[in-house]
Amino acid sequence: MLALLVFLPILAFIAILLGAPARLTAIGAAAANLALGIYAAATWQCDCWSFSIPVLAKPAMNLAFGMPDGMSVIMILLTVIVTLAAVLSGSAPAGKEKLYFGSSLLISAGALGAFAATDLFFFFAFHELALIPTFLMIGMLGRGERKQAAWKITIYLGLGSIILLAGLVWIANSFGTLDMGEMLASSTTIDAASQKSIAALLLVGFGTLVSLFPFHSWAAPAYASAPAPTAMLHAGVLKKFGLYGLLRIALPLVPDGLHAWLVPLLVLLVGNILWVGLVTISQKRLDSMLGSSSVMHMGYIFLAIAAVIAVPGNEIGQPAAVLLMFAHGISIALLFGLADRIERNTGSIDLDDLGGLAKSAPKLAFIFGIGAMASIGLPGLANFSGEILVFLSAFKNYDPAAGLGPVQIACILAVWGVVISAVYMLRAYRNIFQGPAVESTESASDITLTDRIPAVLLILALLAVGLYPNLLLNLLQ
Amino acid sequence: MNQEAWTLLFLPLITAVVCQFILRKSFITPLASTASALITLVLAISLLGREGTLSFDWATIGDFKLSIGIHLDKLSTGMMVVVTGIGTLVHIFSLAYMDQDEAKGRYFTGLAFFMFSMTGIVLASNFIMTFIFWELVGFSSYLLIGHWYQKASAADAAKKAFLCNRVGDFGFMIGILMLWGITGTLAFGEMEVSPAVSTATLSAAILCIFCGAIGKSAQLPLHVWLPDAMEGPTPVSALIHAATMVAAGVYMLFRVQLSLGAEVFHGLQASVVIAWTGGITALVAALMAIQQDDIKKILAYSTLSQLGYMVMAVGLVAGEAGMFHLYTHAWFKALLFLGSGAVIYSCHHEQDIWKMGGLWKKLPITTACFGAGFLALIAIPFTSGFFSKEQILEAAHHEQPVLFWIAVFVAVLTPFYMTRLFLIAFMGKPRAHGAEEAREVSPVMWVPLAILATLALISGYPFIAEQIAPAYLKPHHLIHLGFTTYVSIGAVLAGIAAGFALYFGKDKDPLDIPLLRNKFYIDDIYDKFIVRYFQDTFAALIHFFDELFINGLAVGGLSRASVSVGNFFRRVQSGNLQAYSYAFGLGVVLVIYFTVFR
Repeated sequence: MLALLVFLPILAFIAILLGAPARLTAIGAAAANLALGIYAAATWQCDCWSFSIPVLAKPAMNLAFGMPDGMSVIMILLTVIVTLAAVLSGSAPAGKEKLYFGSSLLISAGALGAFAATDLFFFFAFHELALIPTFLMIGMLGRGERKQAAWKITIYLGLGSIILLAGLVWIANSFGTLDMGEMLASSTTIDAASQKSIAALLLVGFGTLVSLFPFHSWAAPAYASAPAPTAMLHAGVLKKFGLYGLLRIALPLVPDGLHAWLVPLLVLLVGNILWVGLVTISQKRLDSMLGSSSVMHMGYIFLAIAAVIAVPGNEIGQPAAVLLMFAHGISIALLFGLADRIERNTGSIDLDDLGGLAKSAPKLAFIFGIGAMASIGLPGLANFSGEILVFLSAFKNYDPAAGLGPVQIACILAVWGVVISAVYMLRAYRNIFQGPAVESTESASDITLTDRIPAVLLILALLAVGLYPNLLLNLLQ
Repeated sequence: MNQEAWTLLFLPLITAVVCQFILRKSFITPLASTASALITLVLAISLLGREGTLSFDWATIGDFKLSIGIHLDKLSTGMMVVVTGIGTLVHIFSLAYMDQDEAKGRYFTGLAFFMFSMTGIVLASNFIMTFIFWELVGFSSYLLIGHWYQKASAADAAKKAFLCNRVGDFGFMIGILMLWGITGTLAFGEMEVSPAVSTATLSAAILCIFCGAIGKSAQLPLHVWLPDAMEGPTPVSALIHAATMVAAGVYMLFRVQLSLGAEVFHGLQASVVIAWTGGITALVAALMAIQQDDIKKILAYSTLSQLGYMVMAVGLVAGEAGMFHLYTHAWFKALLFLGSGAVIYSCHHEQDIWKMGGLWKKLPITTACFGAGFLALIAIPFTSGFFSKEQILEAAHHEQPVLFWIAVFVAVLTPFYMTRLFLIAFMGKPRAHGAEEAREVSPVMWVPLAILATLALISGYPFIAEQIAPAYLKPHHLIHLGFTTYVSIGAVLAGIAAGFALYFGKDKDPLDIPLLRNKFYIDDIYDKFIVRYFQDTFAALIHFFDELFINGLAVGGLSRASVSVGNFFRRVQSGNLQAYSYAFGLGVVLVIYFTVFR
């Protein structure tokens, strides 16, 4: 059954190539997948979802899907929600519909395949499958300096993938299997020295894919020039692959190796939050600002991972990370979708050129406000529940008699990020929507009903998880 | 009890949601919001004296639970009466005050949402819930300050308020986390400090928590947002920026003091810092108030100064005195703000006191009510403000003589600037067109004023304070004539006399003290130095380094190397995809090699 979820977008892609109406087919497939995804989330413990066909006999390589735990379920949910919102928000340049919607579907299929795969090879391969259309979309349909942005993201993520691959191959070799379930169940342990090297490869590999500082420079330009659905799908969903990989593979298989890199990781994640946070403050365009901000927010998820690395028994860390991955994915997709809308309605995305848009476009202002507040971490919206759990996870093993440990110190620095994100988000909101109207915004049109649908879909997800985080946390029990 | 308590918490939220999405701009929205406030007032009164804790799990991870809960005790139920009481009166007043506003639907929705958030802080049974609602009141305050968002100054003020609060919350969050480690729980009812924890660690945690109160209760050095918050509609200033939200910091500190036990706070370094922060805020804000000309700004600085008193009391481990002052101050300061709202409304939105004058003839009821608030604020004997200020002065006299004398000096300054305000705005002759044409406001506006005026005069007496004051220690004698009483009465008389001497019958300000008029230049230092030079320049610098080193050199080197490889392939076809497939293909080959041929 999970195979259906993964292959439906691919089938729709083929149908589009064969001449089916691109937008409608994409929306249909995404809507069907959303229904299927929700059904899967409701019944995920059923064995009926797993799927496996052998591809190679020796070594045993299977095209296998399954939902070993709630983390896969949540990532699949994130993917199907954002996919539908992305294809609904997208408006393709004339004549490019096939490429535009087809690529979006392929990115979605790749992400779903990676999150559902239980075989290490396909886990990796599906993510790579999703990257290719990402590069194409940026390079061919992007805005601004798209060639350069596409080139940069290709080099970065390509190199990151190779480093990651080396780590994964090393792991597969050590366990003698490609099946992730078998690896976890295996009694083999990797020796300390190899663990340390593997952990380094995985941290840098996965880290580059998630824009871990200082491997983050690809993100802002790529998202700034990417077409809206690509930015939504990549920043919202595909980027989470690296974090998912760390949680799924690195943490259980090479815990000691990761522990050796704890302090460097803490330094880097604080770099994400403070350094990139300050870069975000000085961004002048909304799209680059959102791109930088999404890099910054990855720091919090790394913090939760670091809290588990520091104390493997820390049960809050993993759920915190997963919750925040979900929340961030939804909220950044919402913001990228709306940024595109602002640009189409006013002709500008430069923070200094706008103002007073709330008067002519009150609905857009309201919806963007929710997105901005989610990203600032306002309680009641999903990001807050994730962030608060991340902070709690970092202090889970705080011993007041012994003083602050490295994780707690990193956490304190990270909490300052909460101020930084309020600074840039409120400044952007102030400059775009508030104050007196300017030429570009005076007669700008408001968001239409059709465009509100994807936004409302995303907001409902943010509200549901924000008001009652146990909705997702129960899946992780 | 359960149903009443949960309704008390969630009714305003439901009202806000219904107003936002269903009623929208309909004429029912203001009435629905007002009705909701009135019902919560009735519920709050019915819950007086109840005790207990209710909760449901909100986020569960194994054994670890975060819950949304209601903690009922004398403190929370009393505070609820204050919040809903003033909330209801402000709603009623707003019906008339905001009648002509085209966005009054949004305004009343905001008020309902604020009532929900504030109720959450008051009833919270644990620290995470306090934090949740703490952020939500900040947000509703942001919405309401920025009600007239098209005015640049209002939009900026809203942003400033949010950011100042966020800076305080940075410390607050860390404090909560540390205290969680120290006590092993987040629930207020279960906190206990283990003796193994050093007082230095405990002090650090409490000071971090105090940062939250510095932001929310606008203490030095984060006070700058409160005067700017006066950009919001005046009833909002009365409700949020005078009576309830800004008092939340004091309420939260006292809640912590109750949970950990007052004895923990005695002799703690943190207490000393808290007391001095409060004392200095009281003094500095009162000095700033002397030279303001905007009626709301004067009241805003006066609020800062009175909040300083309350914080000082908490720092002196006399939280009950602080809470008592919070309670009396809520009534009379709401009254003064609503009264100034009535004045501003009838003077055609004039806020400069020098352009008023002679209002007592035109607005007799408003003047009488404002006068009652004035007497209570300056602590004339037998008004509510007198009883509560007396308790704080006594505590200060007992604990810390220097702070006592600072507090006494503030008690001279308060009647001084209030006498100035009263003489200039209400006495003498009208000095501008607006004041000449002023007419008494409608009963929808003056009835709430009259109710508040009554409370400003009588709420300090035990017969009423014992019933509804959140934390009230009944004195043995109504007035304990002693050293502090003589000093404080002397201070009030001195302040009034100085005010009369300088301002009676004046048309322009005989005093000109630029340092005070410009609020000690603190706003300028923040705006020019910290925000523009430090934060923005620093951020730009970091951006530059990011481009130069991380993007330019480290990665640039990499990409230059790759570009030459890529160029080779680009000649074959368009570059990006090719280079990528190359990498990908190499990867696949590696996998096959290692797994198959090894």
